[in-house]
Amino acid sequence: MSTEQILEEKTEYKYGFSTDIETDSLPKGLSEETIREISRRKGEPEFLLKFRLRAFEKWKQMDEPNWANIGFNPIDYQDISYYSAPKIKQSLESLDEVDPEILRTFEKLGIPLDEQKRLSGVAVDVVFDSVSLGTTFKKTLDDAGVTLCSISEAVQKFPEIIEKYIGTVVPVGDNYFAALNSAVFSDGSFVYIPKGVRCPIELSTYFRINDRNTGQFERTLIIAEDDSYVSYLEGCTAPAYDNNQLHAAVVELVAHTRAEIKYSTVQNWYAGDPKTGVGGIFNFVTKRGRCAGYRSKISWTQVEAGAAITWKYPSCILQGDESVGEFYSVALTNGKMQADTGTKMIHLGKNTRSTIISKGISADQSHNTYRGLVKVAPRAENARNYTQCDSMLVGNKCSANTFPYIETANGTAEVEHEASTSKMNEEQLLYLQSRGIDREDAINLIVNGFCKEVFSELPLEFATEAQKLLTLKLENSVG
Amino acid sequence: MLKIKNLHVSVDENVILKGLDLEVKPGQIHAIMGPNGAGKSTFAKVLAGDPSYEILSGEILLNETNILELDPEERAYLGLFIGFQYPVEIPGISNAQFLLAAYNAKRKAQQKTPVSEEVFRALLLEKIQLLEMKEEYLDRNLNEGFSGGEKKRNEILQMAVLDPQVAILDETDSGLDIDAMRIVACGVKRLFSKDKGLLLITHYQRLLDYIRPHIVHVMMDGQIVKTGDHELAKELEEKGYDWLEVGA
Repeated sequence: MSTEQILEEKTEYKYGFSTDIETDSLPKGLSEETIREISRRKGEPEFLLKFRLRAFEKWKQMDEPNWANIGFNPIDYQDISYYSAPKIKQSLESLDEVDPEILRTFEKLGIPLDEQKRLSGVAVDVVFDSVSLGTTFKKTLDDAGVTLCSISEAVQKFPEIIEKYIGTVVPVGDNYFAALNSAVFSDGSFVYIPKGVRCPIELSTYFRINDRNTGQFERTLIIAEDDSYVSYLEGCTAPAYDNNQLHAAVVELVAHTRAEIKYSTVQNWYAGDPKTGVGGIFNFVTKRGRCAGYRSKISWTQVEAGAAITWKYPSCILQGDESVGEFYSVALTNGKMQADTGTKMIHLGKNTRSTIISKGISADQSHNTYRGLVKVAPRAENARNYTQCDSMLVGNKCSANTFPYIETANGTAEVEHEASTSKMNEEQLLYLQSRGIDREDAINLIVNGFCKEVFSELPLEFATEAQKLLTLKLENSVG
Repeated sequence: MLKIKNLHVSVDENVILKGLDLEVKPGQIHAIMGPNGAGKSTFAKVLAGDPSYEILSGEILLNETNILELDPEERAYLGLFIGFQYPVEIPGISNAQFLLAAYNAKRKAQQKTPVSEEVFRALLLEKIQLLEMKEEYLDRNLNEGFSGGEKKRNEILQMAVLDPQVAILDETDSGLDIDAMRIVACGVKRLFSKDKGLLLITHYQRLLDYIRPHIVHVMMDGQIVKTGDHELAKELEEKGYDWLEVGA
């Protein structure tokens, strides 16, 4: 009997189902009633319902942003179901207990969500259609005093922490998509690192969208108390669907005195049909970190390789004196993809430093834009920023743009900006191939060389995956 | 070992090579000379397998295998090496990393196990001495910011590492000062042996004073118009190419 069969039998026996996962969804549409219903179903405390309703009020008065270098057909927000959860919910000790259908989907996506992952020391918090299913390595984390759980669970267990921090980095009315997320978010992750604790393992979460027409509104909150450290990895890949799917997540990070948060993302949502551009995920994400304490540090690393549209600016508010913000990004677009991504570094404290390294690769007929803001407030003495934006074009039908905005209100600031544009061409490939390096490896070498400074910021395992992903995406675009 | 038969090649509808014939036998050094636009560099790129050229007719045989249908890397595995006139720069990849990738790709094709970085480093240190190159070249990015002469020297380093059977060096002498030329020429000579073939493409006779070719060809308008010995190179240096055009 194969493992799969055993699993299936076991599952059938235990939970009474084996194939399609039934979902418990709300009907399509968005109203105050929908929001009250989401909150009720999740058994939320009063403050959170108020938070949601406040956000909804703001959202109703806002318009979709149109300043980005992207274009898309209007989204019908009433045609989206705002809540979808697998019907059978129970806390799971290990992944063996997860619905095999779900595991098979993960397998198809090539997500190594298995013993290997465990052995390599990564705790995985699986988010499947908005509700967290299981957490491994709970014990290691418990021993260290680290909390990694779904945000719904955190709302029940630590309501005072949630109430203290939620919406403090990304206010409910920050932008259209953040307001929408604040009103309807279904689930996401919560991480709390107590004072003086260095999180012993890399924390990793895989997201994917399952149900057709289910907008996914993740909400993540990471709090690092004084002198703590955490590295958080987020990776996602979604299957091919015809209709556009909205993904409007909000991530808030707070780093206290001398705390460090490293947040890494590999994003590979379905990008739509490469020829017609039909389908694909709209990735409209608000990610922001607040370096609240003295000498705190927040570092964003992202590899954006999917989604029909990416609209995303992971930012740092450098509030504490001598705090440090970093942004390392690789954004790859091919087919008809559009990406408008970058960062905001807001220098408020004295002697604050920020580094921005952005690598944009555009192929086929795609559009790739870097948009970044470096802002130095009047009292931010001796702020330093270094920005480097490199673009690589593959073919001659794509475009790359760079929009660096600099606003300094303090004369002691030093802001440096470097930019370059290059082309991956047949000549480079011929050169490497003529030395015996096959085409795939040649593309790999060139891309890896181009993205080196960003890949070196990723945990090793992720770096290899990311590298493979980019090579795979570019193979058909070159030449 | 390298045999070119009646090769016709075009690019963007322009016919560049118009019936080229050439044979390099083991132990032979050939030189191709000719004015600008004669098709010399096209010939080198066609040998490398540049897909932007269209082969209209003819054959290129490397040890009896017609390589026209082969990918550039497959040609390399069969022992072909092209020293390019304008080696491209590739940022972010160190020279050593690139050379190791090339070396191990060849070993893989020969079904040998790949060598480790440490073992390879020792080999590299030996090879750079041959070309009197500083070790720092190994850790710089591939050709990035190299001077013209450094790039050419780096081509020969690659040749030394890959140890090809037949090497075609396209204007390796251009961009080299007289000392560098001597070093490169000595290096190339040391890499040559009686079971190998060497084809030098050059404008000037200068290089040929260091590496004396057995056979000198003159290429004009996509064809070999004259073949002779070393004396022919000298004659060209004195008289230029015009007299041949008139004669042809």
